Amino acid sequence: MAPLLELRGITKRFPGVLANDHIDLTLEKGEIHALLGENGAGKTTLMNILYGLYSQDEGDIFVNGNKVTINEPTDAIKAGIGMVHQHFMLIPVFTVTENIMLGEEYVKAGGFLDRKKAAAKITEISDKYNLNVNPDAYVRDLPVGTQQRVEIIKILFREAEILIMDEPSAVLTPQEVDELFKIMRVLVDQGKSIIFITHKLREVMECADRITVIRGGKVIGSTTPKEADTKKLATMMVGRDVQLKIKKTKSDPKETVLNVENLRVMNSQQHLAVDDISFNVRAGEVLGIAGVQGNGQTELVRALTGLLPPTEGKIEILGQDTPQEKPRFITELGSAHIPEDRQKDGLILAFPVADNLILNTYFHEPFSKGITLQFDEIANSGNALVEKFDIRTPSVNTPVSNLSGGNQQKVIVAREFSRPIKLLIASQPTRGLDVGSIEYIHKRLMAKREEGCAILLVSTELDEIIQLSDRIAVMYRGKILDILDAQDATKEVLGLLMAGIKPSDEMKSQAKHEEQIILT
Amino acid sequence: MADTKSMQIENKQVDKKKTKSHRITFGIIYLVLAAFIWIVFVNGTDTSILTTFNMTPGGSSAYMDDWIFPTASTLSTLAFICAIAGAYQIIRGFGKFTNGILALVAGIFIFSFLSWASSGGSINLAGLLRVTVVRAVPLTLGAMAGMLCERSGTVNIAIEGMMLTSAFVSTVIASLTNLWIGMLAGVLTGGLIAWIHGVLTIKYKVDHTISGTVINIFATGITSFLSSKFLQKTDYQYLNEPGMFPQIDIPVLSKIPFVGPILFSHNMYVYAMFLLVPFLTVMLFSTRWGLRLRSVGEHPKAADTLGINVIKTRYMAVILGGMMAGFAGTYFTLGSSGRFDELLTAGRGFIALAAMLFGNYHPVGAMGAGLLFGFFDSLSAKASILKVPIPSDFLGMMPYLATIVVLAGVVGRSQAPAAAGKSYDKESL
Ligand SMILES: Nc1ncnc2c1ncn2[C@@H]1O[C@H](COP(=O)(O)OP(=O)(O)OP(=O)(O)O)[C@@H](O)[C@H]1O
Ligand SMILES: [Mg+2]
Repeated sequence: MAPLLELRGITKRFPGVLANDHIDLTLEKGEIHALLGENGAGKTTLMNILYGLYSQDEGDIFVNGNKVTINEPTDAIKAGIGMVHQHFMLIPVFTVTENIMLGEEYVKAGGFLDRKKAAAKITEISDKYNLNVNPDAYVRDLPVGTQQRVEIIKILFREAEILIMDEPSAVLTPQEVDELFKIMRVLVDQGKSIIFITHKLREVMECADRITVIRGGKVIGSTTPKEADTKKLATMMVGRDVQLKIKKTKSDPKETVLNVENLRVMNSQQHLAVDDISFNVRAGEVLGIAGVQGNGQTELVRALTGLLPPTEGKIEILGQDTPQEKPRFITELGSAHIPEDRQKDGLILAFPVADNLILNTYFHEPFSKGITLQFDEIANSGNALVEKFDIRTPSVNTPVSNLSGGNQQKVIVAREFSRPIKLLIASQPTRGLDVGSIEYIHKRLMAKREEGCAILLVSTELDEIIQLSDRIAVMYRGKILDILDAQDATKEVLGLLMAGIKPSDEMKSQAKHEEQIILT
Repeated sequence: MADTKSMQIENKQVDKKKTKSHRITFGIIYLVLAAFIWIVFVNGTDTSILTTFNMTPGGSSAYMDDWIFPTASTLSTLAFICAIAGAYQIIRGFGKFTNGILALVAGIFIFSFLSWASSGGSINLAGLLRVTVVRAVPLTLGAMAGMLCERSGTVNIAIEGMMLTSAFVSTVIASLTNLWIGMLAGVLTGGLIAWIHGVLTIKYKVDHTISGTVINIFATGITSFLSSKFLQKTDYQYLNEPGMFPQIDIPVLSKIPFVGPILFSHNMYVYAMFLLVPFLTVMLFSTRWGLRLRSVGEHPKAADTLGINVIKTRYMAVILGGMMAGFAGTYFTLGSSGRFDELLTAGRGFIALAAMLFGNYHPVGAMGAGLLFGFFDSLSAKASILKVPIPSDFLGMMPYLATIVVLAGVVGRSQAPAAAGKSYDKESL
């Protein structure tokens, strides 16, 4: 029998890049097919072709053995294909119902929207797959995990049989990822088929039925979780051996670089997001900040980097008071920032790579002399950084918006690491990166630490925090619940703290935890 | 759990701190207004002087008695009310009635100004309000034109140019044929210019503001040139005699005293405004058409992934917006002055954009803002014949001043469509 979906010889060229090079791929009914590949391998491009957002230069698509022509997303929807995009496609000021029925509206006589009927269907889908979504909520008020479930309902609403999920787990907390996997299982049990893109090998091993690896726009090979292990997958992806665990030397902290006392910060809705926090980071050590997303980490980092003035408290960087200073002053002190939202705070998407690489040094020699920019210098330094940090781009003159998500992240890292810095504030520095790049960035972070840089690492990835940090602070509802030494921090203890339970209550919580397990 | 509670309480306290400074500022403004009424208006007025408000506009058959009251004592009462409102505002605050009280105090102040300006004489209040409604027409229609464009993602600052050109074309065509064909020609002219704006911004991705500015400059130039070359010359007067849409008195309703002549005794433009506002509201917010139109203005890529043709939808909205602007333009000649003169739109297209912002991109809000600006427009015309010791040129600035005050004070809070002003590029991440 013909497979549910078959891609044959798909090729796509962008100016200067061969993004997909004769890719063959099949998807059987009822399977989860994981697509692995390093940043810029061409996964998103391939999926965008399948969904009709891009058109292929060569190659054919078959559904149930019949050739289909997909020029527009409408064609894909008709062929039963749905996609959850790497960057969500939701309209914040619309309700869940409006977002879901857009393009496939239920109308009453006279052309009026039938929101009630659509909401009823959404509730029905939500119940069937246990998605727990309120159709009347506004999308802007929903946490990321719920937004993703809205995206999933959007596909199911159109009765798609083939679901494409492009890095659905990148923005989720570990708990939300577990939820997602459960949902994916239910979907597959009900006869749907899923193409699942991720960079996290653990996830692939956990939920995929089949794995295909892409590198440089070509299919490198297919395997199954039974035959492969993470080590082998990593090697297939990157084309060389990857060190998945980094070796950490004993830290030797020196003078205090960052000192924070009784800090309070308000978020944009005028709610207290950071509540009376005190800590310090010393030269040559990594302080990890763990916590479920949305517990004040974002606001803390914004306050430290001068993007959001705190309401109260003290921030000292290298002995200088900075709460009321401009970001420029703070960066000039020798502090670097890798922001959480790379597209919003880290890059000017329409600017070329070279310009993005000098965003905080352009006013210094050699990039400018007097009032003129030195374009040769900027291009030379850009080329050197692209080389050194392995940024996959056709040239330094390409707009950053045309780079793959992971490569956009590398541009930021390259910019911040190429200056002499004494303090590094890194927020989710490896979000969306492939294993090779993660290894690279982790090594770089450790090298900076060795050089005597103080590092504040904010991450929701427990593995990353445990691997890199010397001390770990856990944030919960705007407060730091505890600061642990890395040796004492097990995943379990951190997990409890992240849920807001202090280990002193350990006995109680242990009991509670077991009770919960029995109940579920 | 305890944590959550303490945090909520904390949040509330902080919220309070923030609103407290707001509260006090408002209170002080109320007190200043009260003092102003007292010192300038009451003190300069003899206690025996009366104010007369005529409640029947000139030439109307729905009669209502004049409203006569002693100026000084009435004004001191009003000053007292403002002062109380100010004091209460500072001490306790009005909570959810804050905006209502703000409107009330502003209303009292304007009323006091009118009473003082007409003390010893009379002012035709009904006439003032009637003209307010009329003057609101081009502003409201223009605001809705801008709304159609911006809600779909195209910024259109060329409303002024579209109105001006369509006013010109409608005059000429109506002079040669009849009013209805002239009006239709004006509407089509607006649509045509909007189509050009669409080609520039949607197809060629020209910056929306630049394209709009170019259209405005072009419209000003060409209409002024053609007007001075032909329409203002005696030989060609037959091209500048379009006539005007007649006034239609709505049976029964127009006979209601005071309200009738203000609302139900106008030409078809006013009624068109009354009908188009709810119509567009329903279309935008309750139909498939409106949902799709708004979606391409908020997140075109998302709309695209759901099979909505972003480019087509944007063209459609921009052209419809242009037709609406064209219709608004014909009001100036076929509905108001009966002839074309150079620059007769006098910046109303820009005030219409202010009304769109002030009305928060909603037709009903746009009409509210249109009426507000229309009131100042009407007031500046009326006040120049009163005994006010302010030069009439300054009074003529009133509608524009009101616009600036409103824009500075309110617009920060209005929520523009997220993708307004951004051209859509399909193959970009
Ligand atoms: N619109 C575009 N214009 C030009 N080049 C593009 C465009 N979209 C993608 N590319 C290039 O095509 C290549 C593949 O990109 P793609 O986004 O498919 O990678 P990916 O495998 O999804 O990577 P990631 O894991 O980082 O998301 C990259 O080199 C990218 O720079
Ligand atoms: Mg991708």
